Amino acid sequence: MGKTIAEKILSKKSGLDAKADDIVVANLDFVMGQDGTSPLAINAFEEMGGRKAFDSQKVAMVIDHSSPSPLEGVSALHHKMRMFADRHQIKFYDIGEGVCHQLIPEQGHVGPGSLVIGADSHTCTYGAINAFATGVGSTDLAAAIISGQLWFKVPPTIKFQLNGQLPPGVFSKDLILYLIGDVTADGATYMAAEYVGEAISALSVEARFTISNMAIEMGAKVGLMEADDKTTKWVREHSTLTFEPVFSDPDAEYAMIKEYDVSRLEPQVAKPHQVDNVAPLSQVAGTEIQQCVIGTCTNGRLEDLRIAAQILEGRKVHPRTRLIVAPASRRVFLDAMQEGIIRTLVEAGAVLVTPGCGPCVGTHNGVPSDGENVMATSNRNFRGRMGNNKAFIYLGSPASVAAAAVAGQISDPREYLRQVK
Amino acid sequence: MRFQGKSHKFGDDVNTDYIISGRYKFKTLDMKELAKHVMEDLDPEFYSKITKGDFIVAGKNFGCGSSREQAPLAIINADISAVIAKSFARIFYRNAINTGLPLLECDTDRINPGDELEVDLEQGVIRNITQGIDIAVTPLPRVMLKILAEGGLVEHFKTNGTFNLD
Ligand code: SF4
Repeated sequence: MGKTIAEKILSKKSGLDAKADDIVVANLDFVMGQDGTSPLAINAFEEMGGRKAFDSQKVAMVIDHSSPSPLEGVSALHHKMRMFADRHQIKFYDIGEGVCHQLIPEQGHVGPGSLVIGADSHTCTYGAINAFATGVGSTDLAAAIISGQLWFKVPPTIKFQLNGQLPPGVFSKDLILYLIGDVTADGATYMAAEYVGEAISALSVEARFTISNMAIEMGAKVGLMEADDKTTKWVREHSTLTFEPVFSDPDAEYAMIKEYDVSRLEPQVAKPHQVDNVAPLSQVAGTEIQQCVIGTCTNGRLEDLRIAAQILEGRKVHPRTRLIVAPASRRVFLDAMQEGIIRTLVEAGAVLVTPGCGPCVGTHNGVPSDGENVMATSNRNFRGRMGNNKAFIYLGSPASVAAAAVAGQISDPREYLRQVK
Repeated sequence: MRFQGKSHKFGDDVNTDYIISGRYKFKTLDMKELAKHVMEDLDPEFYSKITKGDFIVAGKNFGCGSSREQAPLAIINADISAVIAKSFARIFYRNAINTGLPLLECDTDRINPGDELEVDLEQGVIRNITQGIDIAVTPLPRVMLKILAEGGLVEHFKTNGTFNLD
């Protein structure tokens, strides 16, 4: 019997012939923590008697969640991280470098076949470049920094066979929202997702990250894709390390195979307060929106800002709404500047905030007020997520959010894109 | 490990933002302080209703969402002895075991709010004293039982210096 990508990577890294549901202790290629999880990990590291990082080149900490610090308490935690990074000479990304899940692949730390853990649930993002990457908590992170290892239960895999091509104005975000709505928030719990098919092949690597990023929103441990020429090229542009792509065997055993034709998909929206509360955008069109957010580890990349700028070019953010933009990284910010995208956005009335998580998790940079509706390109719309439990969060693609910013209400982005010359 | 207490019942998909909101978790590592806000967005009075040893009882997918370990730690520090749910999200599952919070998977439709429960972790059974029934529990994987029995992953590393799970 053949193996899935997940089974192959965990077999290789543990030195065992691992199949779904086995428990293995495996060697890690990279380990990451952010400012919400690293301080606790540092405490655990010390309590565990940790003296040094297993390999300082394979450990990174990122300050992105509350960056720059909005509070004294947060500043103390950031200080703790800086001291730790300095003492152990690990990779350190301070305020303004970007969101962890943009930085780790962009800075070339991971690639096809890598086994990666991050103390952040959206670590599954790197599955788009064929890495087995999964989120853990702070104590696991501490154990991983010390030992370079972690135990894993080998996940069974759900295969998403995605046929056809997305129509114009419909993006990878719409596709993943649709899939989450279909399989629900716990439809893939304890499992690996593998996304395959012509719909995936047609996407850029940037667009693929959005899909793997949200694997966790269906409960999955990883959101894997195979490496193709686009992956290899992207990884070569970002990393000097060598990687070995891993493919699933034709006779691999899947827990489930779900097949879709994406060629008729419409723009999708997740409605408050659950990511799997998904509807076609047309059903909620006209809902007034007071705050729009473009950015985050889901959709803050160059391609995302570019499409938003296409819609906002020569237009203005509606007077009854606000638009906050957080580029996913310094590099994205610089590239967007170079292309004139930032100018277009600012001229249209957008507010630019530090590359990083932006208002995504409610710690800074744009907490909505009671009863307000927010539309964001992020990945979670739980009650209270953006810092106010009386606000309502809708999730959509960068194009859909840009259209909402112009119209002041949820609107079909295709209307605006058609008018772009 | 045996525990006794009463049930506090919640629904499906209780996410980590509900368990402890992001607006508190980034501010401090003082878990006693965080504990006061546990489940606040679902029940603002929840913390004041807890008697030491009580249980959180929920539906499916408990702990979905972020990887914040503040979630199980806030529950432990609120003096909850275990969480009983139909199913758990996987990162929460790991974090709970690593930090020493027992989890039990079972059919929670058979537990009402306020029911008095007795839990025996090794035996894998929940006795619903109020209703006079026993509820079977899905056993934890061996590796997790071992970590839990040792008091969490920190203790495991203190003793072994690395993973020693065989
Ligand atoms: S952007 Fe949002 S989802 Fe992504 S890592 Fe930051 S807080 Fe988490």
